Amino acid sequence: MFTSNPFAGLSASIPPAAMQTYVVIMIVLVAAGTLFDVVHKGSAKYFFDSWRKSKSKGAKQLGGGELVSIAMKTGLVDFLASGEFCNAPRRVAHLLTMYGFVIYVVTTAVMVFGFPTPATLTPAILPQLWWLGGLMVCLGGYWFWFFIRVDVLAEGHSPFRVVRADLFILSLLASVTLGLIWAFLQTKGGSGAGVLFGLYIIATTVLFGSVPWSKFAHMFFKPAAAFEKRVSNANGSRSNLPGPADKPEQFGTARQQPRHY
Amino acid sequence: MPTFVYMTRCDGCGQCVDICPSDIMHIDKTYRRAYNIEPNMCWECYSCVKACPQNAIDVRGYADFAPLGHSVRVLREEAKATISWRLKFRDGREKNFVSPIRTTPWGSIKGPAEYDAPRPEDFAKQELAHEPEGLNIEGGLPTLRPGQLKQGVV
Repeated sequence: MFTSNPFAGLSASIPPAAMQTYVVIMIVLVAAGTLFDVVHKGSAKYFFDSWRKSKSKGAKQLGGGELVSIAMKTGLVDFLASGEFCNAPRRVAHLLTMYGFVIYVVTTAVMVFGFPTPATLTPAILPQLWWLGGLMVCLGGYWFWFFIRVDVLAEGHSPFRVVRADLFILSLLASVTLGLIWAFLQTKGGSGAGVLFGLYIIATTVLFGSVPWSKFAHMFFKPAAAFEKRVSNANGSRSNLPGPADKPEQFGTARQQPRHY
Repeated sequence: MPTFVYMTRCDGCGQCVDICPSDIMHIDKTYRRAYNIEPNMCWECYSCVKACPQNAIDVRGYADFAPLGHSVRVLREEAKATISWRLKFRDGREKNFVSPIRTTPWGSIKGPAEYDAPRPEDFAKQELAHEPEGLNIEGGLPTLRPGQLKQGVV
């Protein structure tokens, strides 16, 4: 099961060209949706305005080398290691979901374009990574949805209330979960694989087609915001925040995490 | 001076929602980030501003007494037990303050429920419950002697 390419098995009923066209359409939808999101919300304009403001207020002008160093720190800490999160379980869940999704999407594209039929033998590592990525998304995603998702008991909403903010995480979980179940049924030759595949395609289309309405685009604008924050700390403007107090850290913390569902 | 949230900084952790005494900091339905649902009901206690781990909450002064272009921001550092304020005036002047929050580790002070219940004979005494140890005045109530007073006060 973990070593067979589910898309090669599908080629008997759906031509590889159709699968490849679908993947290209999804890529175009993400790119177009992100651009629309950037223009519609003015996030790029906001970023460059904040950048200019921070530069003019900064006590220190940053050189090219310092900016490159800040960009590398942003990439390594804030983007690759989700350094933004102050809650450790949330950070782990985010890392699982993010890397799982990347592995899952990349292996899907490689299998669909490189090994679309049983005629070209798929290296066992690809389906294994596909399964691993999918399971990482499920682990991180369901952990987030059921235990970490931000909403508080005090608001009195049902834990199962679904709002627009859930569009991204729910369509992601639906797409990956249905994809894994479909692959399992197809390998085992179980009935219902066709229906599961249909649902998998619907969920995947919603995931990639809903970029302007979901928070899918956060993976593009969050690193920009993290970079701007680091630059403002480095040039002294610190977004008008006071600098850290010149005292030792000796009293620990009494902070408790908010109560969620 | 109602609070507002920098959406690019907020990671929607919910700390401000939990701490807001007016219950007006909520999580929005579109982006799952915090926002002030009723600025008119904000009493500027700064609880959410201090609690925010991302420093994503700021306070906007009403234009009738807070001039445009000013800034009042605060940084609470629990481990250092300090609170720092940075005030910027629109003419460019700036004032910075650092104050201690406490001098002992968090959680090191016994709460009232952690003391033994008063005994019946304690009710006949002049002291209140858990005095003098609760007030740290085992040697008796501190009293000023005339010699300790500043000259000119007596």
